[in-house]
Amino acid sequence: MLDEAAHPRSKKRRKTARRSPLRRDRRERPGGPSIFIPIAVSAGLLTVVCLVALAVGRYNVPLWHVAQILTAQIFPAAPEVSATEESVVVLVRLPRVLLALLVGAGLSIGGAALQAIFRNPLVSPEIIGVSSGASFGGALALLLGLGSLLLVSGAFVFGLLALVMLFLITSGRGGTPLLMIVLGGVVIGSFFSALVAFITYIADPNTTLPAIVFWLLGSVASATFAKVLVAAIPVLLGTIVLLVLRWRINVLSLGDDDAAALGLRPATLRWVVLVAVALMVAGAVAVSGAVSWVGLVIPHVARMWVGPDHRVLLPVSFLLGGTYLIVIDTIARTLTAGEIPLGVLTALIGAPVFFLLLRQNRDRIWDSA
Amino acid sequence: MLELDGVGFGYSPREWTFRGVSFKVHAGTATAVLGPNGSGKTTLVRCAAGLLSPVEGAVRRDGDAGYVPQAHGTAFAYPALEMVLMGRARQVRFFRSPGPADRAAALEAMDRIGIAELQDRMFPTLSGGEQQLVLLARAIAAGCPVLVLDEPATGLDLKNQARILTLLRELCSDGMTVLLSTHHPDHALYLADRVVLMGGSGPTTGTAEEMLTDRELSALYGVPVSTVLYDDGDTQQRTIVVHYGGR
Repeated sequence: MLDEAAHPRSKKRRKTARRSPLRRDRRERPGGPSIFIPIAVSAGLLTVVCLVALAVGRYNVPLWHVAQILTAQIFPAAPEVSATEESVVVLVRLPRVLLALLVGAGLSIGGAALQAIFRNPLVSPEIIGVSSGASFGGALALLLGLGSLLLVSGAFVFGLLALVMLFLITSGRGGTPLLMIVLGGVVIGSFFSALVAFITYIADPNTTLPAIVFWLLGSVASATFAKVLVAAIPVLLGTIVLLVLRWRINVLSLGDDDAAALGLRPATLRWVVLVAVALMVAGAVAVSGAVSWVGLVIPHVARMWVGPDHRVLLPVSFLLGGTYLIVIDTIARTLTAGEIPLGVLTALIGAPVFFLLLRQNRDRIWDSA
Repeated sequence: MLELDGVGFGYSPREWTFRGVSFKVHAGTATAVLGPNGSGKTTLVRCAAGLLSPVEGAVRRDGDAGYVPQAHGTAFAYPALEMVLMGRARQVRFFRSPGPADRAAALEAMDRIGIAELQDRMFPTLSGGEQQLVLLARAIAAGCPVLVLDEPATGLDLKNQARILTLLRELCSDGMTVLLSTHHPDHALYLADRVVLMGGSGPTTGTAEEMLTDRELSALYGVPVSTVLYDDGDTQQRTIVVHYGGR
């Protein structure tokens, strides 16, 4: 046993040890305050960031007016704001903010779930090859000069095709080992990346190439309510599946052997999680291009805050991911007159911030280490 | 009840780890699997627990088996109580999290093993022995009629070995069916009614009296082993001595 008194946190521990099991039980009932508070805090943060993002830009709208405009959408009343303000907030910024929210939230919760089922901190949604597949679908549509509907559906279809390929190349007698899925994802990702490289190579450098490159770096600048709907369906569907499985993902994160010994079917459960994440990633890439980093960084930040229990971690990752991408996108459209691609900013801002957090919490990142 | 009937397993075709293992563990008794490293003990208990499907033969159980693996690392640091709660995965419905009843069962299991004070400690910060006890509590919280353990005493100090052995004996007398693999013949002597020896010439099964003899054990491990009698209060007990050689 560890020497309790010598331990730096022993004071706190002695206090918890004195508490009777029954009182403890009432205090930390599942679904109780310990789970509720971080979710409420991150939801509050998301709301504030949404409102601010709707207010700021090249045409500033006072926060109070934003609130008025939004309530007027639900409870029709004559708002005391100008028609310009209303159209800027509702038609220009709202779809963009909602799209950034869905993409960031979907990629983050997906990354958190994948890190759990692969039991690996380096995993991000890109690892299963779906985003490369979706990138290829989108780049192909741009190369052929197809419309935005075919761009979105092309990306989505090729993203899911990558998942089907992953399933086919890893399935075999006696279930799929974890390593096979990781390697299969890397193989499929490289395959589609090569195809994307080929497309950029043959694309017309004056017309289609800039469009493809800009799209590949990720952006929600072309957001419409139709795109919001296209993103919302797969992202919310996948999120519901992951949230339903939240506790089982805890059990799965112990490893296949333990999960099987505890009566779960790890291989089946893992595929359910993979399909849910693939849906979300394909949907996110289809509407916004490949936004990197979010699915890797945000789950780590959330885990530093709330710990590895996926009952809290998954919803908090969802909310923080949405918040993060709205902040990034607001910076992308306000910092310069032009649009900075999201993928550039997520890495430029995300990498140093993440590094600082890692340094501060270096003992707590990945606790088994 | 746990019954293996002509069970054979191999990780690749035509290469058998073992074949023709047949034995029956009645409710309220324990059976121990002994054998040198690499003889297939873990594979056998995993087959018995239902984690591996035997290539031939059949495994019958009157219910699910709670399985206690050897202590291992986890990717995430969950508190010990949370680890034990995961034993309730069979009872927790698909779209739910564990409820107060599961929590009570987990706390009771920890209490029974005497590790209730570890409940808030993070699993990876526990010593190997404590981790082993948490994993045992997890299997007990699962509430299965059959308990299968893979070398439960490995890595434990003498006091914790005694703790786990007496606990397993108690569970047996409560009607639990227990199968364990072990490197300690004296643990088998203390606990088991029947013994499976995973020797070079294939597995043999028999009662503890038949199998735990000088001749059988010396042949099994390839070192001279003696069983000796000692006075334990009023009764005479047998224990096992190894002649390490040299000196």
